[in-house]
Amino acid sequence: MAVITYRQALNETLRSELLRDPDVFLMGEEIGIFEGSYKITAGLLKEFGPERVRDTPIAEEGFVGAAIGAAMLGLRPVVEIMTINFSIVALDQIVNHAAKIHTMFGGQSKVPMVIRTPGGGGQQLAATHSQNIEVWYAHVPGLKVVVPSTPADAKGLLAASIRDDDPVMFIEHLALYNTKGEVPEGDYVIPIGKAAVTKEGTDITIVSYSRMAAVALDVAKRLEEDEGVSAEVVDLRSLRPLDRETILASVRKTSKAVILEEDWLSYGVGAEIAATIQEGAFDYLDAPVRRVAAAEIPLPYSKPLELAALPDATALVKVIHETLDATRFRS
Amino acid sequence: MPEVFMPRLSDTMQEGTVSTWTKKVGDRVDKGDILAEIETDKATMELEAYDAGVLERIVVEAGKTVPIGEIIAVIGDGSGAGKGTGTGVPAGEATPAAPAADTPPEPPVSAAPGIPTAQPVAAATAGPTAGNTAAVKASPLARAIARDAGLDLSTVRGSGPGGRIVRADVEAAVAGLRSAPTPASAVSSSAVRSGPDDEELPLNKVRRITARRLVESKQQVPHFYLTRTIDAEELVQARAQINAGLAAITPNGGTASKVSVNDLVVKAVASALRAHPEVNVSFAGDKLIKHNRVHVGIAVSLDDGLIVPVIRDTDTLTVTQISAASTDLATRARAGKLKPDEFTGGTFSVTNLGMFGVDEFSAIINPPEPAILAVGRAKQEAVVRDGQIVARHTMRVTLSVDHRAVDGAGGARFLATLASLLENPFAALA
Repeated sequence: MAVITYRQALNETLRSELLRDPDVFLMGEEIGIFEGSYKITAGLLKEFGPERVRDTPIAEEGFVGAAIGAAMLGLRPVVEIMTINFSIVALDQIVNHAAKIHTMFGGQSKVPMVIRTPGGGGQQLAATHSQNIEVWYAHVPGLKVVVPSTPADAKGLLAASIRDDDPVMFIEHLALYNTKGEVPEGDYVIPIGKAAVTKEGTDITIVSYSRMAAVALDVAKRLEEDEGVSAEVVDLRSLRPLDRETILASVRKTSKAVILEEDWLSYGVGAEIAATIQEGAFDYLDAPVRRVAAAEIPLPYSKPLELAALPDATALVKVIHETLDATRFRS
Repeated sequence: MPEVFMPRLSDTMQEGTVSTWTKKVGDRVDKGDILAEIETDKATMELEAYDAGVLERIVVEAGKTVPIGEIIAVIGDGSGAGKGTGTGVPAGEATPAAPAADTPPEPPVSAAPGIPTAQPVAAATAGPTAGNTAAVKASPLARAIARDAGLDLSTVRGSGPGGRIVRADVEAAVAGLRSAPTPASAVSSSAVRSGPDDEELPLNKVRRITARRLVESKQQVPHFYLTRTIDAEELVQARAQINAGLAAITPNGGTASKVSVNDLVVKAVASALRAHPEVNVSFAGDKLIKHNRVHVGIAVSLDDGLIVPVIRDTDTLTVTQISAASTDLATRARAGKLKPDEFTGGTFSVTNLGMFGVDEFSAIINPPEPAILAVGRAKQEAVVRDGQIVARHTMRVTLSVDHRAVDGAGGARFLATLASLLENPFAALA
């Protein structure tokens, strides 16, 4: 297995899917000549030409709508929206059209498209360019929402998303692009809707996704070494469909759960996970389910303030300790 | 708004019954006012108000029983008065949901995604099952373990935040049950069932507590028994002389004090304990606790159970003081008016069935006391004395001893001293 970055994994997967299926094509702002704002599409225009790697105007609603039309007519567009913040401009196309066409028209047409877009804060891009609004899409039936946290998942889930017949929001993370990891060679597809237990444990469950899943895994490893706490980490990988069974199986084993999410607390992904746990594993809980999330403010530009507002390992460790103490685990 | 909680009025109290409310909703309440009478496992006590204001709500009506720590009333500024009685516990707390189905309410999106599931997203909940443990704070897991083990959560002490019972507490309690040979079967035996010719009598609180504590004692305290026949001739005569003397010094028209044989036994026991401090101890797991004061308990039978009021510093009292104390305690015990500190803290107990014609018997120790003396009746017997067969009063006493605290020889030495005191009663009084 090669060790490559998340960015390389995405780039290579786009390339191999373009090679594998002639119906696959890319579109988005600055993805061709400029090779993408985050260089995910580097080299692809040169290799596949402007027919299959299309630069678009700065008009998200327009090019997302165009991609929906192309998908309905049998192509498999992979759209890049520069960041998830700009997807709001295309919200009507995504929510009212991409998500609903298949059912509203009696199954006459599928919409096999992928919208790739990075979210996340921590880059000093200020309030309007640093959001984690994946839950907006996860709320909508008819969409799939994929949130990979590792280069391997980026590869396997992007391949699965492109080959899926439903519209998929493929949500990357700005802070993950340079992270490295082992990635299987060759054709590698991860089924959408299956969470990963990235570390097994018996004492407490940490549920997370995207960049925070990587933070959670680091914390869990450290707790094991430093304190002998055996934490299990569930990386959701997909918010819709949500792999409730993997979450529940873990909580039934550990009887305690903490959710680490980079979005805002209220109505966030963690609220859905907590509800899932109390509905499906109520009798297994020995402590309240806790959530660690972002401060409920527009994210500040100032670096110290931005750091203070975002959830991190320290905040997670604190809540894990509180949860363990609530069950007398450490006494 | 100050809430009034069911107080813990004794060591063994786990729940209490509001026997009467002495204030009604809307009444002004000052600090120290008597709000209600609370019936505990062993006594009826007055409940004082800790806050001033207006009694706005009675949550637990008279006659109802709730665990300690429950809100039973609310005292406020009067603005919320007149809402009357009724449960103040939100329904959600009073009836914890039974386990919902473990399957998530929404099925995984199928192979034909995009077709919305027709199934509404709703959690199915069944009715309440937990009964009187509903108000106990416990984690769902702790509840489930307790339910499976048949453990009453109100008997478990919570160590989690705010006293929440967590898995560790329940597992410890369950382990405690399992280590006993027949877990609490005397209290709640499911093996015994009533037939068509039987009548079921619900246990009252004293009976329940008595049963539980006696099972604990017999199961956990390794008893051994030492029986000795006392020559009680002098004792009987001494009692007659004392009572005659007491009558002589009582003015005409007054009621003479009288002492009983049992009062003399209690006095002798107290003196013997003072002489044998190694017996005046309690076994406490990893240590012995030596009691520097002597508090003798006297077993009093009630209509509905048994209670052992304690005569404090028994060794410092005269026989007439012991007699007065024991009469007072027994009277108030039968009226259910003992205060908790009047039936706790004993270091030794005396039980006497002589008045029922019992010659001798063995008693169950009242933990954490190390021993109990069972006293039979004093009766005339033919005994050999100086080579002659003579008629003398004798009395058999049996000492039940906690072998973890006191060994056989130690118990026997104590009993020898006690016998010597009883056979020379004036020495005991000296």
